[in-house]
Amino acid sequence: MKISHAALAEKFIADEPRTDWHDDTLWFVREKRDKAAHGLPEWEQLREWGSQIKDHTLSNLSNYLKEFEEKAKANGIIVHWAGDGDEHNKIIHTIIQKHKIQKIVKSKSMLTEECHLNDYLQEKGIEVVDTDLGERIVQFRKEAPSHIVLPAIHLKREDVSETFHEHLQTEKGNNDPQYLTEAARQHLRDKFVQSELAITGVNFAVAETGGFVVCTNEGNADMGAHTAAVHIACMGFEKIIPKAEHLAVFLRLLARSATGQPITTYSSHFHKPRPGQEMHLVIVDNGRSKQLGREDFRNSLKCIRCAACFNTCPVYRRSGGHSYQTAVAGPIGSILSPNLDMKANADLPFASTLCGSCTNVCPVKINIHEQLWKWRQVIVAEGYADSTKTIGMKTMAYLFSKPSLYRFAGKMGRRMMKAFPFMTNNKFNVWYKQREMPKPPKESFREWYLKNGKINRK
Amino acid sequence: MSVRENILNAIATNQPTLVPLPVLNRTAVISYEDRYAQFKSVLESIGGKTELILNIEIVIEKIRSDKANDTFIIDTISAESIDTADTIALSAFELEKVERAYIKGTVAVAENGAVWVYESQMKNRLLPFICQHLVLVIDKNDIVATMHDAYDKINVGSEGFGAFIAGPSKTADIEQSLVIGAHGARSTTVYVVE
Repeated sequence: MKISHAALAEKFIADEPRTDWHDDTLWFVREKRDKAAHGLPEWEQLREWGSQIKDHTLSNLSNYLKEFEEKAKANGIIVHWAGDGDEHNKIIHTIIQKHKIQKIVKSKSMLTEECHLNDYLQEKGIEVVDTDLGERIVQFRKEAPSHIVLPAIHLKREDVSETFHEHLQTEKGNNDPQYLTEAARQHLRDKFVQSELAITGVNFAVAETGGFVVCTNEGNADMGAHTAAVHIACMGFEKIIPKAEHLAVFLRLLARSATGQPITTYSSHFHKPRPGQEMHLVIVDNGRSKQLGREDFRNSLKCIRCAACFNTCPVYRRSGGHSYQTAVAGPIGSILSPNLDMKANADLPFASTLCGSCTNVCPVKINIHEQLWKWRQVIVAEGYADSTKTIGMKTMAYLFSKPSLYRFAGKMGRRMMKAFPFMTNNKFNVWYKQREMPKPPKESFREWYLKNGKINRK
Repeated sequence: MSVRENILNAIATNQPTLVPLPVLNRTAVISYEDRYAQFKSVLESIGGKTELILNIEIVIEKIRSDKANDTFIIDTISAESIDTADTIALSAFELEKVERAYIKGTVAVAENGAVWVYESQMKNRLLPFICQHLVLVIDKNDIVATMHDAYDKINVGSEGFGAFIAGPSKTADIEQSLVIGAHGARSTTVYVVE
């Protein structure tokens, strides 16, 4: 069984200054988002449009996908369909084999993380170079990205410096981000100019025009895609939007929500392969059609992967992305992942305070916190909840339904806490961890009310 | 049944009842009294440079001076520019050495500092990304307020490729410290012709 989110979070917070730094840094990004959002008087209108366009698209998705495929094919793009991650990986492997390709660069694609493409290809002896700076850092360290927009946000500059010293022979102890980024630039430019195949993700695919848009700040998707003889773009089918004019809405929302930038540096619109180039597009289901059928959870498919919900989440900020152990962490990951594997991810919807901040910042108005709560109910009903949680809840339910027993238990509890404090103040009581237990009151509220309620009511 | 049919059938079965597309009534969308001033201020805040010039001759003069100094530039703007076919044929190895690329844009966006460039304006798709420094030229009249207006003016499907470019390449992947010049151009200058 995999280690629980709570156990990994406990490890993460063991380093207190680092936890504080992680927390503050992500909150800083959240504040930048607020500033950008408040700069537009129509922000709430934009969110509403984004939400409605996505709702409409999901309600007519099969037609839009057919339209998109037809137009993309007419544009000269080779379209593939993959039912799951394994099929996705096989399609890419087949293209690599057909062209006898050695040199592969990949820009950020959470879908390829979800499908474990790198591991799959590595087993076949094929190396893929991740080219997003953050992703390259974690790839060197044999780690997974801890954030979908800021993959190396769990690392400090000293960590990066050490990693680059080992892999890129940079000066030991030189922690200057400028210097380290320059080293990565030289290293990756070398990889770009030699690349034979470029793999990219897709931010938006436009049904009307049969093209797709990829957004980056670094320019790494473009450096690869315009150099390599073969370009493979991978997308979950929910990336479809109806028309090019809708890109205006989503590009206005995306970067502002993600990092507080008015737009990413590069918003590249691919429609046709360049002369002599081969352009493939892999459209992936991998559980998405099932999620579409879950009425309570389908609108999680509206997500545009901005990570605003990560940055605002009090649990994510203090537990780190790796504690989720999924390609997409944070609140949105916690409502997407149980669909993929309910048993393995049963603890994730519980990794939330249900404060609702995620829902408030979501640029396409996904009711994330409500879905977290609904997943909890599904998970308990399906029998995947933690047994101590289930037993505890059942005991509480029984107790609350028997008033005299409840009063008796309360009285006993107060006496026990007074006489034998160690009964509650011990490490087996999770409520005692990092907290002082309250002093047991002399009487219950009911007892107090019976005495005083009538006197005070005039 | 093929994988494609399986997926499309599953989607058709599971998708909710049709709801309408919203009508995007833009009366509430932001507008700017001075679009150039807004464009300049946003572009500079994201690391780009802007200069208002009286006529294109000023850019041509810079191109001439770059050439005289033996700087490796690619000029896709002036009439005396190198042959388009040559630029298209340049490999990544060659383009990697380009110091400065001069490219004309179609439309600029005041709200975010982005400039739309068609493939036909880049000549080679890789050029605006791989060059060390990027110079974009835009007519002042082609600055629009928002992305909505920008998409009104362009037809993204009319060419094989096109991009909005907003400032220089950048990253903050190391401890959220902003570094200009990640993989793409180290600087982006936009000349706005009055």
